[in-house]
Amino acid sequence: MASTASTAWTILRISMEERLAYRGDFMLGTLMRFLPIVTQIFLWAAVFSEIEATTNRGATVAGYGYHDMVAYYLLTMLSRAFSSMPGLASGIAREIRSGTVKRFLIQPVDMLYFLFLYRLAHKLVYYAVAVVPFVLVFYLCRGFFVETPQGWVWVAYVVSLLMAFLLGFFLEATIGMLSFWFLEVSSLLFIYMLLSFFCSGHMFPIDMLPEPWATVVKAIPLQYLAYFPAAVFLGKVQGAAMIGGLLMQATWVVAFFLLARWAWHRGARRYSAFGG
Amino acid sequence: MKCAIETSNLAKYYRVYSKKEGLVPSLVGLFRREYREVHAVRGIDVRVEPGEFVAFLGPNGAGKTTTLKLLSGIITPTSGSASVLGYTPWKRENAYRRRFALVMGQKNQLWWDLPAAESFRLHQQIYDIPEASFRQTMAELAGMMEVEPLLHRPVRELSLGERMRMELIAALLHSPEVLFLDEPTIGLDVTAQFTIHRFLRHYQQTRGTTILLTSHYMKDVDALCRRVIVIAGGRLIYDGSLPGLVERFGGYKIISVLFSDGEVPPDLERFGQIVSREPPRMRLRVDRQVVTATLRELLARYAADDVSVEDPPLEEVVSALFSSAEERSRETAVTLTRA
Repeated sequence: MASTASTAWTILRISMEERLAYRGDFMLGTLMRFLPIVTQIFLWAAVFSEIEATTNRGATVAGYGYHDMVAYYLLTMLSRAFSSMPGLASGIAREIRSGTVKRFLIQPVDMLYFLFLYRLAHKLVYYAVAVVPFVLVFYLCRGFFVETPQGWVWVAYVVSLLMAFLLGFFLEATIGMLSFWFLEVSSLLFIYMLLSFFCSGHMFPIDMLPEPWATVVKAIPLQYLAYFPAAVFLGKVQGAAMIGGLLMQATWVVAFFLLARWAWHRGARRYSAFGG
Repeated sequence: MKCAIETSNLAKYYRVYSKKEGLVPSLVGLFRREYREVHAVRGIDVRVEPGEFVAFLGPNGAGKTTTLKLLSGIITPTSGSASVLGYTPWKRENAYRRRFALVMGQKNQLWWDLPAAESFRLHQQIYDIPEASFRQTMAELAGMMEVEPLLHRPVRELSLGERMRMELIAALLHSPEVLFLDEPTIGLDVTAQFTIHRFLRHYQQTRGTTILLTSHYMKDVDALCRRVIVIAGGRLIYDGSLPGLVERFGGYKIISVLFSDGEVPPDLERFGQIVSREPPRMRLRVDRQVVTATLRELLARYAADDVSVEDPPLEEVVSALFSSAEERSRETAVTLTRA
């Protein structure tokens, strides 16, 4: 067990060092991520002031007031800091195509385990750098948060964020493994990213959708990557619905964990039979 | 003692999508694909004793790399069996993975942006190497390869030769009992090749590691391996010593004569093919069976200051062997299509 922990730590440490090898590019990339939120704030400010000017009263869109809306965008940005996995699926695809995936067939280390720690390292380094702008933005925007969660809701929120990370990882890893069957997965990835952009709640709160789309989108796992943690924070889902949501999120995590493992297993078998 | 490596009738056929040229055939190919079977390895029987250093030779596409991939468990065979250190490679047990290593000269396994020392640390962890023996092995290998000052420099800043040495160290940290080397000196200059030869020879002699090497450089083979296995068209066509290979497939010798009077006599063609004529020296290519007779006649007829008889250059023998083997395999392929 001790050796397992020190193996994990070594993979984590080396991955973090690698990540820090290109400091400049990395810092710039981190800061650029904050630009879209500024445009979102201005956009919704314009939308709401227009509605309020014509109706002469406090406006809501699908149950979201102006403050709620901006708070929602800030929170999905935080969700995505956990669940987005830039380069994971395409990285796996590249390893399969170029053949470097062989090392996981030769060396006594499991591919998913290794990639998981590698990604965790990327996230940790990212948080270490991004904490400053995040704190700054949330501090400047503190006026948009009318209510903050109490007690257990905080716990539920943090749990949902951590599970968003796990779900994002196993979901994208599964997609990456598809390259064992289709050498080129970039179009597939593009479709996934588009779907994810709409259905995760990254673009707008998914409870804005008309039926039957709202039901459909809530039935697929993508909402747990961005919408669900934000909804927990804002009190949009409470009590039994919140617990049910967390359980559903956990189920999806387990499902995609198993699916990713299975895809690796079958994929490696196919790889050994056909190419190598 | 038990064999380190044993294969029996080992074969690997690939099915590849045969794409036709042109737009219309490409469109048709979207729906109906035609496959062609490539027989990369067709029935190879090899036994390698522990501690042997064996070279795999063969033209490009002969099946050398496929064989190494089979033995390291990357691919599963179509038929036949293999056992390395008592394991079936393609079951890919961790116990087996800890006991062998594969180095591919064209593939980089080190972390590109980090010093090699960090990649070594990672290998220590995943191969479960105790700290003390890790330090000792690394110091020893880095010393032999003369790379100590480079251990803490990012790999991307190293030259190809330096990087190859680091690759070898990384592969040897866990003291594998079987080592597969796929063209370890490809693209290296003569000095770097020499360093790697010296290292491998010394390492193999002191550790008794079983090594299988593929290479296109006869220098590698000549310097390192006492046993040579030649594969062509997926079949084993020779298994024996290097001098034996020359004897069997190089059907001629080179006679070199330094004439006393400074002139090369005319009409020497009747003795054999003239390789070079640089007065007063002349080199003649003569069938192996008539070497002694030819020498006797030459010396009886002309005054010579110096005479020598040499084996033909290794490259020449091997290239002749390869092209004849390829011709033969093409012939069988043609018969197969007709049938």
